[in-house]
Amino acid sequence: MAYHSGPDRDGSNDDGGLAALIYDPKARGLLFQTIMLLAVIGFFAWILDNTVSNLAAQNKKSGFGFLDESSGFQILTTLGTYLIESRPGVATYFDIFWIGVINTLAVAVVGIILATILGFVIGIFRLSSNIILRGFATVYIELLRNIPLLLQILFFYIVVLRILPGKREEGYTLFNGAFGLNIEGLFAPYPVVREGIGTVLLAFIGAIILAWIIAWLAKKRQEATGKQFPSFWVGVALIIAIPLVVFHSIGEPMNLEYPRFLNAGDELPNGRTASKLQAGYDIKLGGMVVVPEFLALLLALSLYTASFIAEIVRAGILAVPSGQTEASKALGMSNGHNLRLVVIPQALRVIIPPLTSQYLNLTKNSSLAVAIAYPDIVSVFAGTALNQVGQEIEMIFMMMMVYLVISLVTSAFMNWFNDRMRLVER
Amino acid sequence: MKLRSAMGALTALGLVMTASAATADTLADVVGNGSVQCGVSQGLPGFSNKDDAGNWTGIDVDFCRGVAAAVFGDAQAVKFTPLSAKERFTALSSGEVDILSRNTTWTMTRDTQLGLNFAGVNYYDGQGMMVPNSLGVTAATELDGASICTNTGTTTELNITDFFRSNNMSFELVAFEKADEVVAAYDSGRCDVYTTDKSGIAAQRLKLADPDAHTILPETISKEPLGPVVRQGDDQWFNIVRWTLNCMINAEEMGVTSNNVSNMLNSDNPGIKRLLGTEGTFGENIGVSNGWCANIIEQVGNYGETYEANVGANTPLKLARDGSVNALWTQGGLMYAPPIR
Ligand SMILES: N[C@@H](CCC(=O)N[C@@H](CS)C(=O)NCC(=O)O)C(=O)O
Repeated sequence: MAYHSGPDRDGSNDDGGLAALIYDPKARGLLFQTIMLLAVIGFFAWILDNTVSNLAAQNKKSGFGFLDESSGFQILTTLGTYLIESRPGVATYFDIFWIGVINTLAVAVVGIILATILGFVIGIFRLSSNIILRGFATVYIELLRNIPLLLQILFFYIVVLRILPGKREEGYTLFNGAFGLNIEGLFAPYPVVREGIGTVLLAFIGAIILAWIIAWLAKKRQEATGKQFPSFWVGVALIIAIPLVVFHSIGEPMNLEYPRFLNAGDELPNGRTASKLQAGYDIKLGGMVVVPEFLALLLALSLYTASFIAEIVRAGILAVPSGQTEASKALGMSNGHNLRLVVIPQALRVIIPPLTSQYLNLTKNSSLAVAIAYPDIVSVFAGTALNQVGQEIEMIFMMMMVYLVISLVTSAFMNWFNDRMRLVER
Repeated sequence: MKLRSAMGALTALGLVMTASAATADTLADVVGNGSVQCGVSQGLPGFSNKDDAGNWTGIDVDFCRGVAAAVFGDAQAVKFTPLSAKERFTALSSGEVDILSRNTTWTMTRDTQLGLNFAGVNYYDGQGMMVPNSLGVTAATELDGASICTNTGTTTELNITDFFRSNNMSFELVAFEKADEVVAAYDSGRCDVYTTDKSGIAAQRLKLADPDAHTILPETISKEPLGPVVRQGDDQWFNIVRWTLNCMINAEEMGVTSNNVSNMLNSDNPGIKRLLGTEGTFGENIGVSNGWCANIIEQVGNYGETYEANVGANTPLKLARDGSVNALWTQGGLMYAPPIR
């Protein structure tokens, strides 16, 4: 039999029959793909069957009916419990799910903003010619990058708790009691809005549009005449001033409820006096609280991620050829202008893709919250609620979907941003 | 197609955990492994805790050793897996452990909805609260407005919520995954109250900087019958675990201890003969050797012995047994095991 070392393209194999079919690359490909497909389908069918029979053997419930049942546990005061019904006995497991989602998003979004700002600053410090700044940035990066995040979270939490004054003390206050900070958290004024706040919101949106138009006109004029206009600062002024004027002229449709601090013996609204235990800030009487669990988690996540972002920023800046800086110096640009107008726009092209994965990391790392009692989705839904309901598969699946959606949306946004920042090639 | 296979892959990830429990012949798996996989706490003195030499000790640990003695005739053939309250049931359902012996409260939801079976009760407990003396609180009803530290995934979270709701009091609940963090947060003043099972408070209190500066309030706000748990759907394994506990309690009632068990083998008391396997085939009927109970008592001790060694009045926990619900029924307590016959 003639053995074909190469593919038999014309199919004119003299042997004919089955053997020919096996040596025909097309048929062979088809055969193996079919086998592969069957194996994959079989694998999933096996897993499905196994699961169903295991669940049946253990008498476990399945399906998503549990989401309508009411839960019986209290959740720490956080953004989620401000926005969603959380009273035990009233809140359903679906409410609990959303509280977890909101809390995860809250720490992720604020953390990403802080980490980005801090990361850029440290990254630029790292390249500074000032030896103190450079040294500080180097130590910061090497220290934070190399200590496990969970340890840092626990460390910040315990440090935060140890530093802050006790809950029966007013602690650090600001603006005449508008803000107070003690071990129970950061107390801040709570905005109570009345009718008319919509008008102020409209004024705010109008001001943004106006600022944008001015910036656009200024750019056109600069392109035409070369004259510059401080459109950024004018825009900022407009965005602050216009809503403020509207706010006052229609009679201030919002006021701030300040946090109330009670001393033992103070009179309560129900006529009784506050006990020794009731002394402290009471958010039922006004104001709101940001708990130390959130503060510690936020601090740890953003400081840790900033150390990675700083290195990304440094790499991005170093990737811009030094000729660019030399050229802008030759044109008489200041250091600030050079950085802002020449170096950073070019560096961003290198920075954005790895930055995206740092954002995703921060979001996923926020699941360490459970260690310090911050009620994120892992802690409150895949933790406490899962222990009451016991439907691991459904609940873990929902949790995975949350992280998947957050990750996909983040990547989509960053890809869009990356496209915008790409060098427009002419 | 693409979407469907992606969904399938994701679901599969969730399912793989359960897939390993496919056989439901736990005894064969245990024998194949050469050891009992036992889920314990991450460190609760008296119940399950590593001593300075790195050996697991405690009443819950001894129970697992008892099961190993019954199956293998070797109380050391146990592998311990420390589990947080939050992850313990998933670890049991998924087959990561064969028994959960981790101060776990027997409730109806857990027994029925979670697909688990409780083999009995090895410690009758109730939930209590601890406060710093400086707070000047003497009764739980004075706790309106308190912040409270506890563990996630426990009955504790539910009971405390019920208690405050039914007394129309408000509170803030700070729930941690690990007991050590609860203690650290409470000790630093984050919470006014530390709440968990009373036995747990007695144990965790020892970890505080100054244990004497804290008081345990008199109220017991719940029933917490703690006991070993197995998966539903494997009656043979369930029987072995349940009768390990019954063997230990019956042995105490009949006065059989680790010291006298070798003499007791010659006893002609029919009850003791059945207990120690010198008469009948009780062991073989549940899939182990007839000397199963004799092995448990010889290597681990009877219930009373493990109680006194781990949590009793002469241990740091100082949980006196006389006159408590954990005494034998013959002494006015609740410890009562069905007879071996
Ligand atoms: N008995 C309760 C509470 C069990 C529990 O987790 N207690 C805590 C506090 S005593 C504990 O065991 N902590 C030790 C650990 O996390 O390892 C239950 O079953 O839900």
